[in-house]
Amino acid sequence: MQRIGVFICHCGTNIAATVDVKAVAEALGREPGVVFSTDYQYMCSESGQTLMRDAIREHKLSGVVVCSCSPRMHEATFRKAAEKEGLNPYMVEIANIREQVSWIHKDVAEATEKAIILGRAAIAKVHLNKPLTAGESPVTKRALVIGGGIAGIQTALDIAEAGFEVDIVEKEPTIGGKMAQIDKTFPTLDCAACILTPKMVDVAQNDKIKIFSYSEVESVKGFVGNFKVAIRKKARFVDEDKCTGCGICTEKCPQKKVPNEFNMGLDTRRAIYIPFAQAVPKVATIDANYCTMMKTGKCGVCQKVCGVGAIDYKQQDVIVEREYGAIVAATGFNPMKPTQYDELGYSTCEDVVTSLELERLMNAAGPTAGTLLRPSDKKHPHTVVFVQCVGSRCDAENEKGKPYCSKICCMYTAKHAMLIREKYPDTEVYVFYIDVRTPGKNFDEFYRRAVEQYGVHYVKGQVGKVVEDNGVLKVQASDLLSGEQLHIDADLVVLATAVEPDKSARSIATMLTASMDTNDFFTEAHAKLRPVESPTAGIFLSGVCQGPKDIPETVSQASAAAAKVIGLLAKDKLTCNPCVAESDELLCNGCSSCEKVCPYGAITYADKEFRGPNRTTLIRRVASVNPAVCQGCGACTVACPSGAMDLKGFSNRQIMAEVDAICKM
Amino acid sequence: MSHDKKQAQLDEILAASGVDVRKCMRCGKCTATCPAFDEMEYHPHQFVYMVEKGQIDKLAASPSIWQCLSCFACMERCPRQVEPAKLIEAVRLSVIRAKGANHLKPEEIPALLDADLPQQAITSAFRKYSK
Repeated sequence: MQRIGVFICHCGTNIAATVDVKAVAEALGREPGVVFSTDYQYMCSESGQTLMRDAIREHKLSGVVVCSCSPRMHEATFRKAAEKEGLNPYMVEIANIREQVSWIHKDVAEATEKAIILGRAAIAKVHLNKPLTAGESPVTKRALVIGGGIAGIQTALDIAEAGFEVDIVEKEPTIGGKMAQIDKTFPTLDCAACILTPKMVDVAQNDKIKIFSYSEVESVKGFVGNFKVAIRKKARFVDEDKCTGCGICTEKCPQKKVPNEFNMGLDTRRAIYIPFAQAVPKVATIDANYCTMMKTGKCGVCQKVCGVGAIDYKQQDVIVEREYGAIVAATGFNPMKPTQYDELGYSTCEDVVTSLELERLMNAAGPTAGTLLRPSDKKHPHTVVFVQCVGSRCDAENEKGKPYCSKICCMYTAKHAMLIREKYPDTEVYVFYIDVRTPGKNFDEFYRRAVEQYGVHYVKGQVGKVVEDNGVLKVQASDLLSGEQLHIDADLVVLATAVEPDKSARSIATMLTASMDTNDFFTEAHAKLRPVESPTAGIFLSGVCQGPKDIPETVSQASAAAAKVIGLLAKDKLTCNPCVAESDELLCNGCSSCEKVCPYGAITYADKEFRGPNRTTLIRRVASVNPAVCQGCGACTVACPSGAMDLKGFSNRQIMAEVDAICKM
Repeated sequence: MSHDKKQAQLDEILAASGVDVRKCMRCGKCTATCPAFDEMEYHPHQFVYMVEKGQIDKLAASPSIWQCLSCFACMERCPRQVEPAKLIEAVRLSVIRAKGANHLKPEEIPALLDADLPQQAITSAFRKYSK
C-alpha cells in the first residue's frame, strides 16, 4: 500500500474562488492510502514546495498528488521538489483542477465535486505508479538550418560563432532570400544589398558553415539531439567545385527568353544563370526546363565556352545523409500574387505591379538599372497609386485573402512613396489605406515624414477598381474622410500584397512533425514564453515562417533561435523521457502492428529463443522498443492486439484505474 | 417609433440580410467600387455603419436605398464578407412590408421582365417596381 500525500492548490483565487478547496482536501483525505491531505494558497511557491517536502519527510510518503494547474505548467516543479526528498519524481501525479475545473465551471458545488473526482483518479493512478529512471541520449553537435534567407543566415552565423557546425539547406541556387531582392530598408533607407551581402560572404567563408544550395530536405528521421536528415542536392548540371562563377556561360547561352525570377519576371535571363552578381555560392545553374541542350540535345555552347570544364549535362540529383542535434525552420515567405482580384487589374494591366516588383523597378541591379520606368512603355510614371492591405485582413470566410495583417506593408509602402517623391518630385503619389500601422522604433516618425516632408497623399479608403484606357490607369477609389469617390488617372498602380508562408513550409513541417496554424505559419511552443521553439523538441523557428515580421524582428528572432540551439548543442547528453513503451515478450504475437504505427521507427522485430514445454526451445518473432528513440506517444499500445505493448507511467492498468475511480460514485 | 418596435425592425433587417455589421473594418472598398455613388446620399459603407448605430429611420427614409443598383459589386469585393447590398435589400423589404399590399400579381410579371436585366437583379428590381 502506498502512503500518499494530497496537496490542493488555491492558485490565489484562480481555483479557490470556484472550488471549495477545504472540502476537496477533506474528501480526498478519506481515500484509501492517503495519509496526509491539505490545501495551500500557492503550491508552486517556495513555501508551498517546502510544505510538500516536509510532508514527504514527516509522513514517509511514497506517492504525491498535487491538485493544481495543468501538468504542463508545474509538473516538473513538483517532481523536482519531491526528488530532493529522495522520492522518485514519477511518483508525483497532477490532477488539473484549474484548466479542467475552476476556469471552465461557474457552479461551486459542481466544480468541487469534479475536483474531488479528478483527485480521486490521480490517487488511483499513484497506487499503481512505479519509480522510473530516465535514460540518456547523446547529442550530435551540428545544426541544420532550412532556408538561407536573412533569418537562416543570421541563425547559422550565430550558431557557428559559438563553435558548432551548421548546414544551411537552400532550395534556390543562392542564399540571400527575399532581402536580396529588396532595394532599400526602412526606416533608415540603407541599401539592403549593402548590409546583406557581407553576411552572405561571412557564411561562405565560415569553415563551420556548409551551404547546400539548390537542395531540399528529403526526409527527417530521429529525435532531438539525434536527427538523421536526407538532403537532395538537385542536379544543377554544373560542377560546384570547378565553377569559378566567371559568368561567360551566362553571357554566351543562346536561350535568352527565360523569365528572370530574381527580377520578378520583369526581364529575362539565360537558361544557364547566376541569379545575381553577389550570389553565394557564385556558381552557375542550368535551368533544365529551358536549356536547348537538355531539350533537344543540340547546343552545348556553355560547355564549349567554360574554361574549367564545369558543365556536366549528365549530372544527377544526389542524396546526402547528415546527422544533426537540432533543426531550425527558416523557410520564409512569398508575397501573394494578386491574380484573384480582377478589379485591381494585376492580370490584365502591365502597369499594375506588386510591391516586390516595384523594389526591382527601383533597384540599381534591377531590369531598369534603378530608374523608375513603368513596365508597359518604359516611361516615367507621373502619378503613382499605392493600394494597401491587398489580400490581408480578410474575413476568415473570404476565400481570396488572408485573415492576418501582413505587418510590413505600411512601412515599405511609406518607404516606396518617400523614395519616389525624393527621386522624382514631379510625381504625385497616393496611398490608399485602411489603417496605417507603424508600431516600431522610429516607424511612425518615418511615416509622418512621408506625409509632412515628402507630400505623399495618404487617403483613408480603398481602391475599388483599376481599368486601363489608352495607357492610362483609371483608378476609382473612396475617400472616406471627405465622403467622396475619387477618380484618378494613374500611370502606375502598386499593390501591397499579403505575405504568405513559402509553399514548401507545409511539407517540411510534416517531415519535422512540427505543428502549423491554419495559415501555414509554424506554431511556437508558447506564444509568449517560448516564441522561437516548436512544440516538437529540437525544432526551432526563425523568421517569417513563424509569422509576418520585418527585417530587424527577423534578425532578433534568428539570433534567439540560435541561442536556443546553442543551449541544446552545448549539452553532451540529453535526459530521455522514461515514459516509453515496453513490450512483454511473452505476450507478443509478432504481428508487426506496433512497428507499422510507430511514427519514430523505435520498434524492431527479432527472432528470439524461448523455453517451450517439455524442455524444448521455441523460436518466436517478438517486438522490442528502442527507449532512446521512443517518444512515448502510445500509438503502439493501442495498436497491439495481444496487450503486450504498454507505456511506462501510463500503463493500461493505471489508465483503467483512473477510469474506474472517475466512474465510482 | 417606440424603442421596442425599432429594435424589432433592426433585428428583422439583420436576420433577413444575414449580415454581421460588426465584421466591417471600415476599409471603404464597397464605396470605392459602387457605380451608383454619385446618385446616392448615403454610400455602401455608411449603410453598414448606420445599421450598426441603429439609425434605421434615417436610412429607410433616404432615397439612397432605391438608388442602389443591386449590382452586388460591394458584396463581391468586400474583404470582410459584410455584404452591404444584402443589407440594402433587407431595408427595402422592411420599408415595403410596413406599407402593406406589397405583392405583385402573377399576370403583371411578364410585362415587367426586361431581357437585358441580369437575372440576379430581377428579384431586387421587382421590389423596387412595386414600392
